[in-house]
Amino acid sequence: MTPLAGCLLVSSMLFAVGLAGALTRKSTILVLVGIELMLNAANLNFVAFWRFGPHAAGSTGMIFGLFSIGVAAAEAAVGLALILAVYRHTKTTELNQLTGGPQ
Amino acid sequence: MIRMSATFLILSAITLIGACAAMMLRGLVHCALAVAIAFAGLGTLYLNLGAQFLGLAQLLVYVGAIAVLIVFVILLTRGGESDATPLPQVALPLTGLAVAGCLFAVLAWAVFHSFAVHRAGTQATPATVRELGAVLMDSYVLPLEVIGLMLTAALIGAVIIAMKEKQDTP
Repeated sequence: MTPLAGCLLVSSMLFAVGLAGALTRKSTILVLVGIELMLNAANLNFVAFWRFGPHAAGSTGMIFGLFSIGVAAAEAAVGLALILAVYRHTKTTELNQLTGGPQ
Repeated sequence: MIRMSATFLILSAITLIGACAAMMLRGLVHCALAVAIAFAGLGTLYLNLGAQFLGLAQLLVYVGAIAVLIVFVILLTRGGESDATPLPQVALPLTGLAVAGCLFAVLAWAVFHSFAVHRAGTQATPATVRELGAVLMDSYVLPLEVIGLMLTAALIGAVIIAMKEKQDTP
């Protein structure tokens, strides 16, 4: 197995774990954590293709990963602020209590 | 053909175990600590791949800021929680796990059947921070400015959203 395949496999595992968590957990904070894990998997792909890709010119992949980390930081700040605002109104962060679904 | 190094395997195992623990543990604080481990493992993975600046940025931003922010939010929203919520219904978690498993199977199939993976790619020379700064100030100036503006707007927006709103009940 080439290193690129190893990186891609690790990143797809990370994505699958994040997706499973975001789909199954009931706490909104953990859903956000799952989304962060999926974003990180995409970042690992950027770095892997920059390092082992067929066109290893410049540092484009790294720059893109850097911008992606910045966007993820903004996303996490806004998401957690939204969770706090929702908690202030409804006094809960559980998804099934927020939607009124089955307990 | 270049082999994968043992450090890569160990670091990816740490990352994946941290991620699995973050998604499976019961207590929210334990989940936050496990996800901090996963983020740190990913940062060291970047360092192992030769992306020094990105690895250190990952450690600073994710472990230093986002994990701490998640812990803060967990502690702030802890008021009247019913902790140790059991999982009575089985259908939803099984569906989610099945979807994630199918997705992973498709991705792994695509990885193993793509041409680019099996070509012996050239190895990029690790960029130094000086080169990275020159590139950021030269050809990526506009994205840098835009992301600075976006971060400012997002942080102001986050403060406004999370601010305690006025009680305007007469």
